Amino acid sequence: MADKVLMKGNEVIGEAAVLAGCRYYFGYPITPQSELPAYLARRLPEVEGVFLQAESEVAAINMVYGAASAGARVMTSSSSPGVSLKQEGLSYIAGAEMPCVVVNVVRGGPGLGNISPAQSDYWQATRGGGHGDYRTLVLAPNSVQEMADMTIAAFELADRFRNPVLLLVDGILGQMMEPVQLPAPTTYDINQKPWALGNPNPRKGGRNLCSTIFLDVEQLEEHNWHLYQKYQVVTDEFAKGAYKHLAVETHAVDDAEIVLVGYGIISRILKTVVEKARKRGIKAGLVRPKTLWPFPSQVLADLAAKTKQFLVVEMSCGQMVEDVKLAVDGKKPVFFFGRTGGTVPSDFEILNEVDKLVRPD
Amino acid sequence: MMTMEQVFARPKSMSKTPFHYCPGCDHGVVHRLVGECLDELEVGDKAIGVAPVGCSVFAYDYFNFDFNQAAHGRAPAVATGIKRVRPDRIVFTYQGDGDLAAIGTAEIVHAANRGEKITVIFINNAIYGMTGGQMAPTTLVGMKTATSPYGRDAQLCGNPIKVSEMLATLEAPVYVTRVAVNTPANLMKAKKALKNAFRLQKEGKGFTFVEVVSICPTNWGKSPTDAHQWLAEKMLPVFPLGTYKDTLGVDKS
Repeated sequence: MADKVLMKGNEVIGEAAVLAGCRYYFGYPITPQSELPAYLARRLPEVEGVFLQAESEVAAINMVYGAASAGARVMTSSSSPGVSLKQEGLSYIAGAEMPCVVVNVVRGGPGLGNISPAQSDYWQATRGGGHGDYRTLVLAPNSVQEMADMTIAAFELADRFRNPVLLLVDGILGQMMEPVQLPAPTTYDINQKPWALGNPNPRKGGRNLCSTIFLDVEQLEEHNWHLYQKYQVVTDEFAKGAYKHLAVETHAVDDAEIVLVGYGIISRILKTVVEKARKRGIKAGLVRPKTLWPFPSQVLADLAAKTKQFLVVEMSCGQMVEDVKLAVDGKKPVFFFGRTGGTVPSDFEILNEVDKLVRPD
Repeated sequence: MMTMEQVFARPKSMSKTPFHYCPGCDHGVVHRLVGECLDELEVGDKAIGVAPVGCSVFAYDYFNFDFNQAAHGRAPAVATGIKRVRPDRIVFTYQGDGDLAAIGTAEIVHAANRGEKITVIFINNAIYGMTGGQMAPTTLVGMKTATSPYGRDAQLCGNPIKVSEMLATLEAPVYVTRVAVNTPANLMKAKKALKNAFRLQKEGKGFTFVEVVSICPTNWGKSPTDAHQWLAEKMLPVFPLGTYKDTLGVDKS
């Protein structure tokens, strides 16, 4: 194992991508993810890779589509307004079942919003985002170490399920520096995917085609159900614990009378809240979804039988809270506390909310 | 005794699928020229096509090699991704005027400006075909379409955009030419242009662009013969045939 190094979150995604065998990056400048393309612009030429600054996010995601269809491990990154522009390409990539990794270092919205950290792209990330019946896997790290580990996992999941995988990071994590242990590099060969365009190895059917058009309604229906079944396989595998280390983290939930739920940077604040609440005699626990789609519903459903209430905390007006409510299914009350517009809640104000819920008088 | 020799056959790089194009459409002719050129350059097995959105969305059906079907206007970006991963392949896009000169303007200009080592075939017939004959960026002033029922008004919608002339102002492209397939003589010139473009790509020289001024008998409301007549009389004065950029002098060689 390599020694720990001190790295910035945005940069570690770049290095982890290289270690995962990614040799192609296409992107367009936007704050607060600028360190990632800057890192890869330096790094990729060192490993005979291609860093290309595209004319727009629309072009960048379509370059990703082309490179993925040619068999490469490929990545793009952006921040909220830029990720909106990528939705056209993402719909095509998901429809054509091309693997790729897309990083969203989320900032405040809607519109141009601001460049401060936010979690208000949860719906866009977990509901497909673009047009049509499709899903993307969504991973949400909460530390620089996890940004490394989840980047590598994202490439593996993308190839495994032939699907785009999103890394949903907020601006704090992107800008944060922490010690990180980088894994050993993976070797990757662009000819290992038999379906890739330009693959010189003999293959069934004579030639390879990457397309999303099915004019015949029955064919498109069949294709959409095929995609649906794939998403069911993803959901089932996550539910059965095949990706336990990636799916969800729980903390002090066994005796918890109130379960806090949050992802990304919020989950680190919530951990402090749990400790402080317990010092005050409040039995608080924490559920942190690490994968946002598929959502770790079962863990929350199981806790609904044991705990008294849930408090979901997000840096948005309340988006993931809907998934928590679906999982809890009305069995226990689910409350929400959010700050939005680029504001990060303090442990103190969340603790106040916990206090109010547990001791209403 | 006389010996028989086959002098005309389907190009090897083309499939046996019948064209879905309207009778008289130029797409079939240009497809065939592409197939012939790739065969003659012996790169049919190394080609990767990128189909657009528009009438030629199913272009992949008519060729035997790998294809990507891109989103509207994005073919040059998709081709960039493919060519960067597989520089030894012959990568080309095949796009119409709505695709390339309207929604995909940024993608074509910047792929050309980067000097992507791809070939772009641009079918300019001054109208949107597949969606039902709407005004295109290359529609002539005064030309009636579904969305310019009183004729294209230059005050309201500007003038037809001249893509070859625009791209020729860039440093990187090595070959930018405009051809037509309305007469046998023009067809032979078009084939030479396409072959030049693919040869330059095979030699790794740079970005090549072949605009083909074409017809749309269905949406123009003309017979194929009348349409080709109209092309010669009305379109060619606005879109003059000729080579606009030829850095390596291939037209003369």
